[in-house]
Amino acid sequence: MKYLTSLMLLPLLGAILISTLPKNKSNYAKWVALLTSIVVALLGLLIALRFEIDRPGFQFVENYSWIPSFGINYSLGIDGIALVLILMSVILVPIVIVAGWHESEGGRWGSKSFYVLILILETMMIGVFAATDVFLFYVFFEAMLIPVYFLIGGYGVGERAAAAVKFLLYSLFGGLLMLAAIIGIYVISGNQGGHTFDIEKLSQLTIDSTTQNFLFLGFFIAFAIKAPLWPLHTWLPDAAKSATPGTSVLLLGVLDKVGTFGMIRYCIKLFPESSKTFTPVIIALALISILYGAFLAIGQKDIKGLIAFTSISHFGFITMGIFAMTTQGHSGATLYMVNHGFSTAALFLVAGWISARRGSSTIADFGGLQRVTPVLAWTFFIAGLSSLALPGLSSFVSEFLVLVGTYTRYPVAAVIGTLGIVLAALYILIPVQKALHGPITPGNENLPDITRRERIAIAPVIAVIIFLGFYPKPLLDVINPASIATLTAAGFSDPVPAAGGK
Amino acid sequence: MTDSLILQYSFLAPIMIVLGGAVIGVLVEAFVAAKRRATIQLLIALFTIFVSFISLLRIRNLTSAKAAFNSVMIDGPAIFMQGTILLIAFFAVMIIGDVDHFTAQASAVPGSEEEKSAVQTGRQQTEVFPLTLFAVAGMMLFPAASDLITLFVALEVLSLPLYLMAGLSRRRRLFSQEAALKYFLLGAYSSAFFLFGAAFLYGFSYSVTLAGIHAAVIGGTANNVFLLIGLLFVSIGLLFKVGAVPFHAWTPDVYQGAPTPITGFMAAATKVAAFGALLRIFYVTFGDAVWNWRPILTVIAILTMLVGSIVAITQRDIKRMLAYSSIAHAGFLLTGVIALNRAGLAATLYYLLAYGFITIGAFGVITLVRDSSGEITDLNRWAGLGRRSPKIAALFSFFLLAFAGIPLTSGFIGKFAIFTAAYESGNIGVVVVGVLSSAIAAFFYIRVIVMMYFAEDNKDSLTVVIPSPLTSIAIWVSGAVTLVLGVYPTPVLNFINTLAIFIR
Repeated sequence: MKYLTSLMLLPLLGAILISTLPKNKSNYAKWVALLTSIVVALLGLLIALRFEIDRPGFQFVENYSWIPSFGINYSLGIDGIALVLILMSVILVPIVIVAGWHESEGGRWGSKSFYVLILILETMMIGVFAATDVFLFYVFFEAMLIPVYFLIGGYGVGERAAAAVKFLLYSLFGGLLMLAAIIGIYVISGNQGGHTFDIEKLSQLTIDSTTQNFLFLGFFIAFAIKAPLWPLHTWLPDAAKSATPGTSVLLLGVLDKVGTFGMIRYCIKLFPESSKTFTPVIIALALISILYGAFLAIGQKDIKGLIAFTSISHFGFITMGIFAMTTQGHSGATLYMVNHGFSTAALFLVAGWISARRGSSTIADFGGLQRVTPVLAWTFFIAGLSSLALPGLSSFVSEFLVLVGTYTRYPVAAVIGTLGIVLAALYILIPVQKALHGPITPGNENLPDITRRERIAIAPVIAVIIFLGFYPKPLLDVINPASIATLTAAGFSDPVPAAGGK
Repeated sequence: MTDSLILQYSFLAPIMIVLGGAVIGVLVEAFVAAKRRATIQLLIALFTIFVSFISLLRIRNLTSAKAAFNSVMIDGPAIFMQGTILLIAFFAVMIIGDVDHFTAQASAVPGSEEEKSAVQTGRQQTEVFPLTLFAVAGMMLFPAASDLITLFVALEVLSLPLYLMAGLSRRRRLFSQEAALKYFLLGAYSSAFFLFGAAFLYGFSYSVTLAGIHAAVIGGTANNVFLLIGLLFVSIGLLFKVGAVPFHAWTPDVYQGAPTPITGFMAAATKVAAFGALLRIFYVTFGDAVWNWRPILTVIAILTMLVGSIVAITQRDIKRMLAYSSIAHAGFLLTGVIALNRAGLAATLYYLLAYGFITIGAFGVITLVRDSSGEITDLNRWAGLGRRSPKIAALFSFFLLAFAGIPLTSGFIGKFAIFTAAYESGNIGVVVVGVLSSAIAAFFYIRVIVMMYFAEDNKDSLTVVIPSPLTSIAIWVSGAVTLVLGVYPTPVLNFINTLAIFIR
């Protein structure tokens, strides 16, 4: 059975089914979308169960010739890192659909298009993590932008069209730089034994260091735009403020992970020397992102803007963990990607519900919700605690691993990065204290508390957050071998701890 | 040599069939009642192109064939480009055949009584069909011509009908006539440049055949100054036709003024023909003098890409915008010429096919967006099209994304192929500029999508006419081709790879 292809085809079939629904039956669209995404999630879990932890290299490999005249193959395969990210994606999609059950109704177009776009996006999200052919990866990487563009511009709020365009142009610009780099490495492969896009073969090329640096930058800038790293982040807050909560979850939770995933899979794997050369710069940018994102988050008046800036801070941690080039750093960063996906999902969904009830996303308008809508407020609080990495909640483990992994190689960076944790406490606790616990803002007295549908949507997210906080081992077991393999192949080894080693 | 001193009718058949169809079309104008002409002309044109395509298929496996006393070279690239031109022409004629695009009587002064009475009788200039066929024949000959005289004849045969057709618009007739005049005058200049250059090349090599000039280039004893001057002026003549900067000034005016179906045909098919000739001349004749022309052509390509994509941003008219976009695409195609390798030739052929269909489709859609006074080309008034006719807007967006080179469209594969070829030949700078201009170009394509979907609806009486079956077929087939060439281009690429060798 072709697991990965089936996993990608299912959402696409769902999308086709929805688009053929007659107009008067468009209510069924969300049910079809939900059922499809649940089946996809179950299949994703099945794949996870059949994944063999101890086997090195890619698993569930599929390989077909696609465009032979350019040596392009349709080849899929997953390692531990890709597996956990795919798993996160397929679990988030049904949650997003349930959570935003009425999200599609405020759009320019009907709900049918909304769910078609979501399911097409799901196909591409799986494809982008599963592709082991660089060309195929690029196809998904770019094509993915189109459904998101229409989701933001068509169903968002406020300056949605402008935000959608900004998002698309930023991403396209990065993508085209990457295209030039892909063409470059492809031509080099042609000079060294045959044109190919196979990631394993490409990683064995010998490239002189100047060329390697340029190609590395082509990839890295594209990924740094995607997983917004200061100073390429400016599209994110706009997009997050304008998109519906569900779209924001997929955008920040999954799509932006393609950037950090790409750094591991492509930047480090293909250009290990350049990765080393640029590490100081990248670590510095990551630190700036951590602090800058956190400071701006503290100053945000808009709840969605707050979450967007916290994410910039978190992506700084992830990037720092990756470029520390230690196994703890890598494993921590990968785990962080998953945890950030869930904690951001929780924050965005609850913030979305609160804003929808209140008709405003300004934090100051949420006064006294702790008393009016206790369950909602508590859920937000837990999500916030996860975001600030409270021990016992999932993000703690990953943030700790990232900092430990960074410390063994770059102690100063790790120490500065720790400041980010302190700031995180501020940006989460200040709004919680001032708004949720404050006096009831006029107009908030009769807001309804969480509904059953919302409970169903948020419960699994909170469960995952708590479960991974206490017992991250299953994920780390899957991630660790892949991290070690990546670093070993790239020629990095963990530094021996200085203290106690004597 | 004597054995090739025959016409080789079978190799020339595709071209001659089209010419024959054109002549029959002229006779129909003379002898058939005005009312029935439009239908009959349309059928004749489509049938002619179809038969010509069949006869082309019969000779598709030729590896080398000279015909018409060595002045025509039917080799792989020529066959592919002739086929591309025929396919494009077939769908273009379908759109041309839709009612209401052409003036009732071209000779009547705009606004005069004569014009009014002509409109009332329901007449239409049906000469446009034979004119199209003549242009198609010229275009088919252009990339196959293997001496400078034939090349010049083909250039005129394809250009003259286009000058006329550009002036036949039914609405905004003065505008259309101005465009036609401008096109004619500038075209005549460029023809003069071409002839001037041809004379110098003859002085350089004492030969008008491409093979003879090539022999003189290799020989290296002839006067290099003559070569340079000849090369420069012949290139100017050809670069004018593809709309490369700085010879692009006619493009926006003509694209905007000409009747939209003609603009589409012109944009798609002329580009194929002109790039066909350009490729043949640079690959076959001057390939060994690459250091004489590559630097200047590189500069032209870079300018063309940048000017095309930057100026397009400021356009408020959809046809003008697409005109500048076609300039940018001419720049992308020039990188394939600069590459001067087999991959470059194959990539350019693929790009031309892909671009041709995207263009036909895009202009086909523009013909459908109208109000009571005719087509609406002002971009601001396209606001809300996405809501009023979602299918047409979605199709147009798809064409725009294909122009922009987004994956899963033919435009992406074309761009990838052509940049790869240029990179492989060592012209990395051109590739970087190409990539950057693609990023700039994406901006204005996306702006149109924003306009259609995200701009506030205005209350203008903008409507999308229900497309006639012919236009529908043309635009949806173009869309399907664009998608298929983007998702599974393998068969076409393999076919091109077997063909992509020029024969001297």
